[in-house]
Amino acid sequence: MRNYLSRQKITATFLLLFSTFLLLSSVNCQAAAKIERWQTPQGSRVFYVHTEGLPMVDIQVVFDAGSARDGQQYGLSSLTAGLLDTGAGKWNADQIAQRFESVGALFGAGSSIDTATVSLRTLTDPALFDKALETAQVILSKPSFNKADFEREKKRTLAGLKQVDESPAELASIAFYKALYGDHPYAHPGSGVIKTVSALKIADLRNFYKKYYVAANAIVVIVGDLSKQQAEQTAEKLLGGLPVGEKPQNLPDVALLTKANQQHTEFPSTQTHVLVGLPGTYRKDPDYFNLYVGNHILGGSGLVSKLFDEVREKRGLAYSASSAFIPMLKPGPFLVSLQTRNDQTQQALEVLNKTLNDFIAKGPTEGELVAAKKNITGGFAMRFDTNKKLSSYVGMIAFYDLPLDYLDTFQKKIEEVTVASITDAFKRRVNPQLLQTITVGNSTKSAK
Amino acid sequence: MKNKVVCAVLLSLPVVCSAEPKVLEHILGNGLKVLVKEDHRSPVVVSQVWYKVGSSYEPGGITGSSHMLEHMMFKGTDKHPAGEFSRIIAENGGDENAFTGQDYTAYFQTMEASRLEVSFDLEADRMRNLHLLPEELKKELQVVTEERRMRTDDVPQAKMSEHFAAVAYSNSPYKNPIIGWPSDIANYTVEDLQAWYQRWYAPNNATLVVVGDVQTKAVFDLAEKYFGALKPSEIKPLKPQTEIEQLGVRKITVKVPAKLPSVVLGYKVPVLKTAEHEWEAYALEVLAGVLDGGSSARLSSGLVRGKQIAVSAGAGYGLTTRLPSLFELEATPAEGKTVQELETALKAEITKLQQKLVDNEELQRIKAQVLASAVYERDSNFYQAMQLGMLETVGLGWQKVDEYVGKVNQVTAEQVRDVARKYLIEDHLNIAYLDPQPINQNASKGTK
Repeated sequence: MRNYLSRQKITATFLLLFSTFLLLSSVNCQAAAKIERWQTPQGSRVFYVHTEGLPMVDIQVVFDAGSARDGQQYGLSSLTAGLLDTGAGKWNADQIAQRFESVGALFGAGSSIDTATVSLRTLTDPALFDKALETAQVILSKPSFNKADFEREKKRTLAGLKQVDESPAELASIAFYKALYGDHPYAHPGSGVIKTVSALKIADLRNFYKKYYVAANAIVVIVGDLSKQQAEQTAEKLLGGLPVGEKPQNLPDVALLTKANQQHTEFPSTQTHVLVGLPGTYRKDPDYFNLYVGNHILGGSGLVSKLFDEVREKRGLAYSASSAFIPMLKPGPFLVSLQTRNDQTQQALEVLNKTLNDFIAKGPTEGELVAAKKNITGGFAMRFDTNKKLSSYVGMIAFYDLPLDYLDTFQKKIEEVTVASITDAFKRRVNPQLLQTITVGNSTKSAK
Repeated sequence: MKNKVVCAVLLSLPVVCSAEPKVLEHILGNGLKVLVKEDHRSPVVVSQVWYKVGSSYEPGGITGSSHMLEHMMFKGTDKHPAGEFSRIIAENGGDENAFTGQDYTAYFQTMEASRLEVSFDLEADRMRNLHLLPEELKKELQVVTEERRMRTDDVPQAKMSEHFAAVAYSNSPYKNPIIGWPSDIANYTVEDLQAWYQRWYAPNNATLVVVGDVQTKAVFDLAEKYFGALKPSEIKPLKPQTEIEQLGVRKITVKVPAKLPSVVLGYKVPVLKTAEHEWEAYALEVLAGVLDGGSSARLSSGLVRGKQIAVSAGAGYGLTTRLPSLFELEATPAEGKTVQELETALKAEITKLQQKLVDNEELQRIKAQVLASAVYERDSNFYQAMQLGMLETVGLGWQKVDEYVGKVNQVTAEQVRDVARKYLIEDHLNIAYLDPQPINQNASKGTK
């Protein structure tokens, strides 16, 4: 409870090196995971990987029903998912929880920007598994959306939204998405805002559920110790009660930014939170691997990235300093972030911008690229070394419609990246003239 | 470690318990204890070095020095100058980090299994040959100060927890935060850290835990090769600092800028290492499950949904600490309810446990969850290694891992009632109220 998982350190003198040739020879070539794919009679897509060793399975049902589908009713997707297990069929919330917990199953329902996901982790012993599966099936196909549950969950959501105002980190994140996405459905916070959540009616949730929680819009991911036949039965049982329905229309494209902008919000904290970025990359982006490897060098590799080195190792300006591309259906954020003592904000921001701009202008060195490739390919097996991680990869491959051999070709794609291709991709995709800069903190303490 | 439990016998689930791989132990001549657990599901390995030192070992004036030293452990040796450690791990595809708790400091690498040797080479080197340089300390002090700001100073709940512990304990070192008090952090010297390193970093004060796709014998040989030549130290025993008996309820109010009030209750309780009878600790563990073992447990069912007096409520107990600890209940009131009403409701739950036996069905549900968790936990090498390292380091012995499910399974309703009567008593209770103060944002949101 009081442990500090402390993000430690370090950086890189990148002395250089080994030939690319040597590197290639060290690539691990084993097949990552055998993903099987089929459709249920109602048209739901099923993705299945058989794993052995533990008598358990991770199941996800993923809908294109994330907060990007909220319309103007911010928070609708999140509250709809949150209400699913508060009543279904003839059971109330207590009975549902008892059914899962009496067999040691873990159930979850929630939404992100792109997706709404219902997840179930359970043992595969038939008596336990069947009870957990039946409960999940009823939740998916016959949620009650009772008024009393709705009012209570809405109040709890509103309390959470109120609490957002005590966190400079959350305020910064909300301002950042707004700055990047303007009127696009990616702009608003998934849990909504007080005004829109207050206005939600139970009928809104029912309509959202009816429209989006349908077979044609569902993906089932099954990873665990079930046979293929069991997996087929599981998928059909889970989704058999859903109407076919249809897939929602594509989300609108993200509008290009027209100019850089800087926005500060006063907050009486000891640190200022700094976020810099712009809409970055999407899952099927042809530039994805160039941007991914480039960012790994810039700020994505934890203790050895350039940002970490410049901000923390050389100057002690922050505890964490990193950058990331968050690929989604449409271009998700490219985000560079740090937190620093209020009076150091300007200095830290200058270091951040200089590191970023230098990287965009010059790209990585050959040595940095070799080191990054070694890190990524050398640690490849760790990307899916648990049932949970594998399940999450398969879910990503399924929802974003990536090739089934995505994991098998992953290392090859990494190896194909060059200094020139990274430099080219960053120049085209991360324009310093369009960066949005958000700061939240106490500027009155800035003058030291 | 809350919410664990189980019951092969009662649910007739023999499947789960059979295939558990064995842990093997080997002690080197210099006292280093090596634990290996083979898990061949994936070609990866985690290696952790645990030192018997943490914040509860620290005298006044240098609180947080274990954590500070943890940061400095990445700053180089003769053989590997600052930055090299992380660069080498990264180049080998590894993930690494470290964490500090009240009773331990641990360092870890996760790697593709064939690279284990790289980790041993580096860890053995910094176990005895660390360089503590003034200029590195100066920078890293800033980093730790930023870490404290981010984790505690700007987080109302964390601030309340810190004040709560400081008052709940009279003379136990658990009254101090792991990260240290601000004025202590600001005044560490190289000499302080050097002395701390000399005193605690030695093979005979450490445990090396390896879990993954390895051969046990080969790991023992490798440990001998890299760690075998390190000199042991004379480790002087710690002073006991036994907490004096509390003689009446203690209440504090913590006023911080925040949006939501909350309340925490903490009863002084024994842990596995200090309980008069071992079963008492397991009974307290089950009691925590009765209150907060999932959504069907009493706090969610009764306070959040039933009475709707709380927007969130939880209970926590960790039975594996080195010194006696607190059984805690925490809750945030629903709109229109007060922390005093919540306090009354939480106490009523305790009274109920003292007066009425827990239902058999309720008890079985908790045990079922513990049984399932024991399987799910095996999905993660890291978690398995963590359990072994922690139990060994706090002095319980890693063998306790294997006893957990069985011991929890033996807990009776009478025992749960008895520990509630014996330990959850008013005179040993501590209460903190978070009293939210206005967040003065000095208005202004500016765009420049």
